[in-house]
Amino acid sequence: MKILVPVKRVVDYNVKVRVKADQTGVDLANVKMSMNPFDEIAVEEALKLKEAGKATEVVAVSAGPAACQETLRTALAMGADRAILVETDAELQPLAVAKLLKAVVQKESPQLVLAGKQAIDDDANQVGQMLAALLDWAQVTFASKIAADGGKLTVTREIDGGLETVEVALPAVLTADLRLNTPRYATLPNIMKAKKKPLDTLKPADLGVDVAPRLKTLKVAEPPKRKGGVMVKDVAELVAKLKSEAKVI
Amino acid sequence: MSALVIAEHDNARLKPGTSNAVTAAAKMGGDVHVLVAGQGCAGAAAEAAKLAGVSKVLVADAPHYAGALPENLAALVTPLAKGYSHVVAAASAVGKGFMPRVAALLDVAQVSEIVAVESPDTFVRPIYAGNAFATVQSPDAVKVVTVRATGFEEAAATGAAPVEAIAAGPDTGKAKLLGQELTKSARPELVAARRVVSGGRGLGSAENFRLVEALADKLGAAIGASRAAVDSGFVPNDCQVGQTGKIVAPELYIAVGISGAIQHLAGMKDSKVIVAINKDPEAPIFQVADYGLVGDLFQDVPELTAQL
Repeated sequence: MKILVPVKRVVDYNVKVRVKADQTGVDLANVKMSMNPFDEIAVEEALKLKEAGKATEVVAVSAGPAACQETLRTALAMGADRAILVETDAELQPLAVAKLLKAVVQKESPQLVLAGKQAIDDDANQVGQMLAALLDWAQVTFASKIAADGGKLTVTREIDGGLETVEVALPAVLTADLRLNTPRYATLPNIMKAKKKPLDTLKPADLGVDVAPRLKTLKVAEPPKRKGGVMVKDVAELVAKLKSEAKVI
Repeated sequence: MSALVIAEHDNARLKPGTSNAVTAAAKMGGDVHVLVAGQGCAGAAAEAAKLAGVSKVLVADAPHYAGALPENLAALVTPLAKGYSHVVAAASAVGKGFMPRVAALLDVAQVSEIVAVESPDTFVRPIYAGNAFATVQSPDAVKVVTVRATGFEEAAATGAAPVEAIAAGPDTGKAKLLGQELTKSARPELVAARRVVSGGRGLGSAENFRLVEALADKLGAAIGASRAAVDSGFVPNDCQVGQTGKIVAPELYIAVGISGAIQHLAGMKDSKVIVAINKDPEAPIFQVADYGLVGDLFQDVPELTAQL
């Protein structure tokens, strides 16, 4: 089984983002960028499947500017076999990314696409599902446990009231939730080795995909600020305030 | 202009979120129809028919809708969607699963987790875990939109819309639901509760979480938890409030032993009244709390439970 793992370059999860004064977006100048955390989990799971003898090759793919090479090198340093960058400076929205990935799937013929459930920048939570639809494949989102057996996968997924278990036949698209695994760190020798692993670059036009954005962002604003609260000295004062001031009990 | 809201339900009852999605759909202008796809789902359909603002309920009753599998739901909704200007669903685990499939099959963008409707084609949605809000405009003929329940009121149960059976779509046979392990609780559902008591790492153990449970039961509240408490195994995953868990906005949110990581705040900072009890006066949770109490939760929480 060959596994394709899409990875996105996003603002590092530790960075507190700031909205630009002109409200056109979030300030990305000199901000630390990293691999989307859910994509790291997807890479880890693909590597585990390979180490367990269930997968033969793990290919990482990213779409975006040339700097996404760094993100792909991280995936290679973790252990992916090779990487593909669909290079473009255009703004990419989820539908366009799904179309690019579909074209890469048709070129590479993986049996499984293992993606992160959502990117922590646009929080869209769409690409895996859209890709599955465009390919007419099964999908399992929010996976917290994956068991591969021949041409079938048994996947436990997180749902609102608990967990559910779904069986799908390959080919399929899976999206990783937080508790699927804990991603490994790339070791220094592996970071060095990753520099020599193959990284191919394509353009959207090579894949025949129109990536023009659909949604127009009119404005990006700061969230409404909460008014500062008060400190109470003990439980009795808290109960009194909740009763007489907040009137919630 | 008209909107199709896809209901989420357990066949007998609607799940929380659907009625908020109806409120959002009503703001997009035009008629609101609700689609109930399930197996033996007459109960849920009858409940949908009562939601204020709904002018028709469509019911697709077939065995292959039992598990709300995204492949089958998308195959049903996509051809229906072409007759509507908007397709709307709650941004729940189910809605997040099948709606992007519908959007891709229609070749349109999806607008995820909106918290406000500015006009029929313009919506506000959080990005970067709620650290910014984007106003986006969709030029597509069919707008596919998921709704964050906390952004909209529930629709009142004052309507009486006609219920119409429609033909089921195909069974794609792509996936099989083997089983569900649902957390059983007599407490209200976390996402719909008017009061929530959440516990964090400060509780120290699953046993100590009983302090939170006792307080919640006294208040008739749902139980929540921080990611740290879930990762430490104090409570199941589906209790997690935060960016990667549930988004809640109850009238009263009590955070016990929770420091207030950004990821947790993203899930609860729209609550109307926030109370924080923590031993660390520097904990970030106090920056969003309306009432803060610095103290030992092992004393203060039982005392609070006793005084209510």
